[in-house]
Amino acid sequence: MGHEVWTFSDYIMLVVSGVLVNNILLIRFLGNCPFLGVSKKMDTAVGMTFGVIFVLTCTGPITWFVEHYLLERFDIVYLETLAFILTIAVFVQLVEMVIKKVSPGLYRGLGIYLPLITTNCCILGTCFYNIRFKFGFMPTVVFSFASALGFGLALIIMAGIRERFHYARIPKCFQDTSIGLITAGLIGLSFFVFAGLAK
Amino acid sequence: MEGSRLVKEFTKGLWKEIPPFRFVLGLCPTLACTTAVRDGIGMGLCLTFVLVCSNVLISLLRKVIPAQVRIACFIVVVATFVIIVELVTQAYFYPLYMALGIFIPLIVVNCIPLGRAEAFASKNTVIYSLADGLGMGLGYTCSLTALAIFREIFGKGTFLYHHIMWSGFEPFAFLQKPPGAFVCLGLMLGIMNLIGSGEK
Repeated sequence: MGHEVWTFSDYIMLVVSGVLVNNILLIRFLGNCPFLGVSKKMDTAVGMTFGVIFVLTCTGPITWFVEHYLLERFDIVYLETLAFILTIAVFVQLVEMVIKKVSPGLYRGLGIYLPLITTNCCILGTCFYNIRFKFGFMPTVVFSFASALGFGLALIIMAGIRERFHYARIPKCFQDTSIGLITAGLIGLSFFVFAGLAK
Repeated sequence: MEGSRLVKEFTKGLWKEIPPFRFVLGLCPTLACTTAVRDGIGMGLCLTFVLVCSNVLISLLRKVIPAQVRIACFIVVVATFVIIVELVTQAYFYPLYMALGIFIPLIVVNCIPLGRAEAFASKNTVIYSLADGLGMGLGYTCSLTALAIFREIFGKGTFLYHHIMWSGFEPFAFLQKPPGAFVCLGLMLGIMNLIGSGEK
């Protein structure tokens, strides 16, 4: 992805790649703990999805600024890991406090997912990918959003399937997480269909 | 009395509470770093180092860290050791560093070090925390290695990059692909539950 000038079709390809081809959950394996943890019910999955989309679209650009205007400037890039996780933790805490004051209704819906999002590795992972792929500012914003959208898509598909597990007779030892993982594998297999769409 | 508890804290991580099977934490490296046996062992040992060091340090600092900001403190401690691991692997084990890629810095949000810090190290003395960290870390390494052995032998027909299967062997490429990892781990978890349910 070394080109300098990004056209509109490049951005479209980036979104397709982020959401479908290199889905952050199923192909890149980031954020699996919350994926299995909150996908038992549809409404928790939807709440988590909006939380991740909001936080990731904001923290992606913020960590990009931290990397290029703080760490590189003072030549302390080796502290990247520490700086990014602190940025994310502080941002999430801040958002939680703001939402709590401004909109108690939203806080009840979204609040309980916010602490979980700090340790969601799809947030930190996407921030690292933004740097590793050497994205400029706009691609960073688009890629962060696309990643979060891919996470949400996989999570909501999974929650829809898992709600039906009540009606299936699953052997006792395969219940819950075990069958969840196998289902995730099968969803991942279906995502392979998109492999030719973008790189 | 003290010795027996020490042994108990150490061995619980190896079977009774073995991660990631008994409690489902730290799944991302389990799925991503097990296409080859070397990567699985490498990832397990990196995590063991971080876990032991962070457990010891947090246990030493448990009276100093204020309860309200403990999570932030734990993250900083864990991140420090993750940076050490990252720099050391980059300097001395470069092929491993390239193979694991983004998953070394991501140890910082792996739930195992944070989970053990919260559940164990912040409540127990140094020596028990050391035993707990070592047991959990080695248990995690064993799980990763077992999954990696299965995926490498049947998915590529090799073991530690040496060909060991017969010449006409057709590898199951599915096992090397991302969905194969999910299915494989799901089946292993089911088998572990089957064995575990017989014990009770």
